[in-house]
Amino acid sequence: MAWLITTLIVVPILGALLASATRNYARGVALASNIITAIGAFLLWQSFDSTLPGLQLVERHGWIPAIGAEYLVGIDGLSLLLVILTSLVFPFALLAQSRPAGDRGFCALMLIMQAALYGTFTAQNFILWFLFYEMSLIPAFLLIKIWGGEKRDRAATKFFLYTFLGSVAMLLSFLGIYFAKGTFDFAGLANLAKNGDLLTGNVKWFAFAGIFLGLAVKVPLFPFHTWLPDAYETAPTGVSMVLTGTLSKMGVYGFVRLLLPLFPNEITTMAPWLLTLAVCSIVIAPLAAWAQSDLKRMVAYLSINHLGYCMLGLFAVTATAARPLVEMQAALSGVFMQIFNHGITAAALFYFVGLLEQRRGLRGIGDFGGLMQRTPLLCGWMSVAMFSSLGLPGLNGFVGEFLIFKGSFAMTASFTAAAVLGLLFTAVVFMRAMQSLFSGPLVETSIAFPDLRSNEKWVVIPVTLLMFAIGIVPQFLLNIFNSTVVQMTRLFA
Amino acid sequence: MTPTLQLFLIVSAALFSIGLLAALSRRHAIFILIGIELMLAAANLNFVAFWRFGPQPQPPTGVLVAIFSIAIAAAEAAVGLALVIAIYRHYRTTNVDKLDSLKG
Amino acid sequence: MSSWSVTNLWLIPAVPLVASFFILILANSRRRTAAALAILGQIAALALSITAFLPTLAAPGFRSVHNFTWFTFGDQALRLGWVLDPLAAAMMIMITLVGLCIFVFSVGYMAGDKNLTRFFAYLSFFSGAMLGVVIANSLLLLFFSWELVGLASYLLIGFWIDRPSAAAAAKKAFITTRIGDLGFFLGMLWLYHSSGTLLFYDQGRGCLENAGLLAIGASATFIALLIFCGAIGKSGQFPLHVWLPDAMEGPTPVSALIHAATMVAAGVFLVARVYPLFSLGAVNGVTPSLTVVVWVGVVTALMASLIALAQVDIKRILAYSTVSQLGLMMVSLGVGGVAAGIMHLIAHGFFKALLFLGAGSVIHGLHHEQDIRKMGGLRWTMPVTFLTYAIGMMNLSGVPFFFSGGWTKEEVLHATAHWPVSALPHYLMLAGVILTALYMTRQIIYVFFGSARSTDFESVRPREFHSGEAATTTENISVGRTGQRPVFRAHESPRVMTMPLVILALCSILFALVLTPAWPWLRAYLNGESTHVVFGSLIQPVILLSFVLVAAGIGFGWLTYRNAGETDPLARTQPGLFRFLENKMWFDEIYERTIIAFSRILSRLTDWLDRYFWDGLVRLFAGLGQAFGVLSKGFDDHGINAGVDETTSGTRGFGRLISAAHSGQIQTYLGAIAIGMLLLLVLYAWLG
Repeated sequence: MAWLITTLIVVPILGALLASATRNYARGVALASNIITAIGAFLLWQSFDSTLPGLQLVERHGWIPAIGAEYLVGIDGLSLLLVILTSLVFPFALLAQSRPAGDRGFCALMLIMQAALYGTFTAQNFILWFLFYEMSLIPAFLLIKIWGGEKRDRAATKFFLYTFLGSVAMLLSFLGIYFAKGTFDFAGLANLAKNGDLLTGNVKWFAFAGIFLGLAVKVPLFPFHTWLPDAYETAPTGVSMVLTGTLSKMGVYGFVRLLLPLFPNEITTMAPWLLTLAVCSIVIAPLAAWAQSDLKRMVAYLSINHLGYCMLGLFAVTATAARPLVEMQAALSGVFMQIFNHGITAAALFYFVGLLEQRRGLRGIGDFGGLMQRTPLLCGWMSVAMFSSLGLPGLNGFVGEFLIFKGSFAMTASFTAAAVLGLLFTAVVFMRAMQSLFSGPLVETSIAFPDLRSNEKWVVIPVTLLMFAIGIVPQFLLNIFNSTVVQMTRLFA
Repeated sequence: MTPTLQLFLIVSAALFSIGLLAALSRRHAIFILIGIELMLAAANLNFVAFWRFGPQPQPPTGVLVAIFSIAIAAAEAAVGLALVIAIYRHYRTTNVDKLDSLKG
Repeated sequence: MSSWSVTNLWLIPAVPLVASFFILILANSRRRTAAALAILGQIAALALSITAFLPTLAAPGFRSVHNFTWFTFGDQALRLGWVLDPLAAAMMIMITLVGLCIFVFSVGYMAGDKNLTRFFAYLSFFSGAMLGVVIANSLLLLFFSWELVGLASYLLIGFWIDRPSAAAAAKKAFITTRIGDLGFFLGMLWLYHSSGTLLFYDQGRGCLENAGLLAIGASATFIALLIFCGAIGKSGQFPLHVWLPDAMEGPTPVSALIHAATMVAAGVFLVARVYPLFSLGAVNGVTPSLTVVVWVGVVTALMASLIALAQVDIKRILAYSTVSQLGLMMVSLGVGGVAAGIMHLIAHGFFKALLFLGAGSVIHGLHHEQDIRKMGGLRWTMPVTFLTYAIGMMNLSGVPFFFSGGWTKEEVLHATAHWPVSALPHYLMLAGVILTALYMTRQIIYVFFGSARSTDFESVRPREFHSGEAATTTENISVGRTGQRPVFRAHESPRVMTMPLVILALCSILFALVLTPAWPWLRAYLNGESTHVVFGSLIQPVILLSFVLVAAGIGFGWLTYRNAGETDPLARTQPGLFRFLENKMWFDEIYERTIIAFSRILSRLTDWLDRYFWDGLVRLFAGLGQAFGVLSKGFDDHGINAGVDETTSGTRGFGRLISAAHSGQIQTYLGAIAIGMLLLLVLYAWLG
């Protein structure tokens, strides 16, 4: 079944070609391609043996031996988790996006981005990984630039240049590593790092800084986040969902796959600073979200907050020299859970904001009021997504956040205690939003609102059920990456 | 007055100068040709003079070269005259001032 | 039998939760089905609670747990579980019984509401979540249910969604309690970190058992205080009490549920549940954390009973009385009287539900008027409500002997009397007894005695209330005239509303049977001791003291408020003090101007920083890049390009210059050759 991963990467590309060739059936082709990839992801899950650590279903071909590039794809638990997430978010996003003008191009670009994401999450060689990593950037840029709202040119350019700059820094770092060690293989590099002979002296710090910068922009980590609200705000609904649901995970994935195994001790040295940045992401982002009047911008800021929890857990793993297995496993499991949960929940939130925008034409927080009287179903399901996002037990957000906090509290109690404030501010933001959207007298402009249509229900119900399922019986999700967590933590212990 | 090399050379130089003057100053192509013939004659005279007053005057090498040269000059004059006639036919003139198609 | 009910203890919260789910997916018009489902769910939960309760009677100190793995991560498992012990069993019975009465009452009270199904779904959910708190054998499961309780209260307080004030109150409740929950959450993390488990009882390895407590050691004080933050939030203790009176925006049955059976009881229950953490390392039963609990309770109790004196909203008075009673319970827990505190909690559950439902009945009968200054003389028109309300009032005031509230208050006072740290709480609590009797007398006189005080019927228009409710109540309103004064003819509530009142009144009286010193069964049950009947100990001197105090409170109240008109006697004599109390000691205003204003400014500031500073840095960087671009373009245009142009044009000029030599004139060439030769000759001659 080793060809399965390659199939996953190739199918969306073929779909994109086909979609751009047809005139009227682009949406159908895109959805069909997504059905195939979803089946592929499911088969991948089935053939993945979650009890084994290490890479599985590896496919390896020589490519450009002179520069150490090879086609090397394979999955471990984390990769599988993200592949599944991608397979979930994309059809959801395609269904959510009302057909824009030039639907062909839109679908084709979305599919190319999907292929790039599959590639990013499965590539195990830096050159290949970087190729896919950058490949995802171009469709994202075009999607914002062509189908975005107001100020799209500016936002798209900022998004592209900012993340590209980070990528360049990362590429330079990796070239440095390659010239020193002669390999681009993730596993090989991690082994070198474990034995402590990856790099020495100032070069090591330059490499660390470069990779950190590239990934911090992508995640994004405070204060490299300012491209995000602009980009998410202006991107069309489906693209916002994909950006927050999967694209932002590339940064976190990079942190787990590259920075953590390659520079565990450097993270320990820099821990107070890195943790400060993570805590700032957690606390400052919802505060800023509180001040927003645009719903999309608000959700975008909360996205920063939620990824901040991931960063807190990640940095906490190697924050101290003493690294008890129990706590590292808790933190890392929490981070992985949070990656998945945030992907689902944030995408759902953008979807609901999109529904509101579709009905009203505006998405200011003050443009609505008393919706609960007119559209109880919409409000009810949207509240579920909001409560999931603010970490209510019983929904998916809680499990991940609890594990992250459990792990990081043991490592860095003070930073964790400060980060808990983020939970409060998130609640404040959502409470304010719910109050002004759902309650109070029905505003005149909302009187003609239709409630959830049946096609919309079919999008919402599975996602919400998934939220409940993860919140109540999270084991099925944890099983995917458990052995990967165990293996990684052994690496750092 | 004994004939000396110097005397011959002076005559030859004068002949050459007259030839050169003719070649440079006349406008008619045939006169130019004649000037050139004169310069050639000066050169032939020099050959003979240097042979006669050289270290080995017995074998008639100088005269032979001069005779060769005169023969070639005759052939050359024939080609030159033919060219002049061709030019005249083409341009309807033999005035060299009008013939500037070599201009770069 | 016992093992079955322990392993299946989850059914007790599950039944209302499932009922809630089914009601939620019902069509809005299936009102009867919704109500029936909710009530059936509650009856089932009550029945299950009783089957679970029976085994706990078997032996003193019965405790049985059932633990299971929720999920595994890494090499470890996160375990949850439920526990059946006297504390849980007693609470379960109280919650389901009181809940049932409230559910039945709601059928009448909410009859006209168009969102009745949603209401019952939320109610069931509330009850289920609270039962989850009670049976939890893991702090995590407790927190889990605890947050669900918070959610349910949020939904119910804001049930009348079209009222902005209800939405604001719901938001306030959620956020205020969440502030406390942050502490709870941190305490839980700390506890997990230091003891390695969140299970309370796990065959000696739980965090409340010896091994666990040993591992926690000195950090227990901090953990306990952090967890107490959660209790402060949920149980409306100072300084997070501000949400509780505002929660009156919800429908009255919700207030009853929040104040009696569920929400606020959770905080007290939590402290009782993790009491071993509070009392770890106690000397003479005193630890720093318990001392904090006592003082927070004292401040809360006194502050709330003072504020209650000056409130005019019938429900707000009751709300403040709840805050004050919760403070009393906290004091009791703090001084070591855990059983006393829980007994008071249970008794309070009965009579406070009774009082709230009574208030609901009054409000229902009075065209949704809640201002007590406009009521009066209702004892004749609403006899059942009056009688039951009076019983509730006696309970709350702590009238000894016949009322459960009196006995439990005795227990609490008894516990405070022996606190080694300070005698002050005891005396302050005694003062609290007088205050409680005083404000309850004031309320009952205003509502039920005298004659209607409102002189202008037009002014008692419904302010903002739900249109559905108005529809049912308007027809019951009519204006009658007794003498010159117009009164609105109130009506007794329908039987579906009075029956729960009667049941609760009976409960609150009969409950006293298991509380008396003659047969202190409940205390023994909770403490895990055995007990027997001793009639001789029924009369104790301390009862005399509290009798005097209560009588003083009621008597003073009677004298003061007997002829009270629309202006309060206190407002007449002490206007400054009255305004201070009437405005709830300005807590809301102070918070609004300090913490909330500060956070708002902070949020604006971060937004500003984000837009202009952090993004400004990015733009500065981008600007630098652009400037470099402009610079290099200039260099290209005026430097490199100009140079190349100059070179090429120079070359062209030179070429043009020397191309002039190629005149095409054959004689010129010849001349040139001649001149060249001449020059060579001259050169040759010159150089020799």
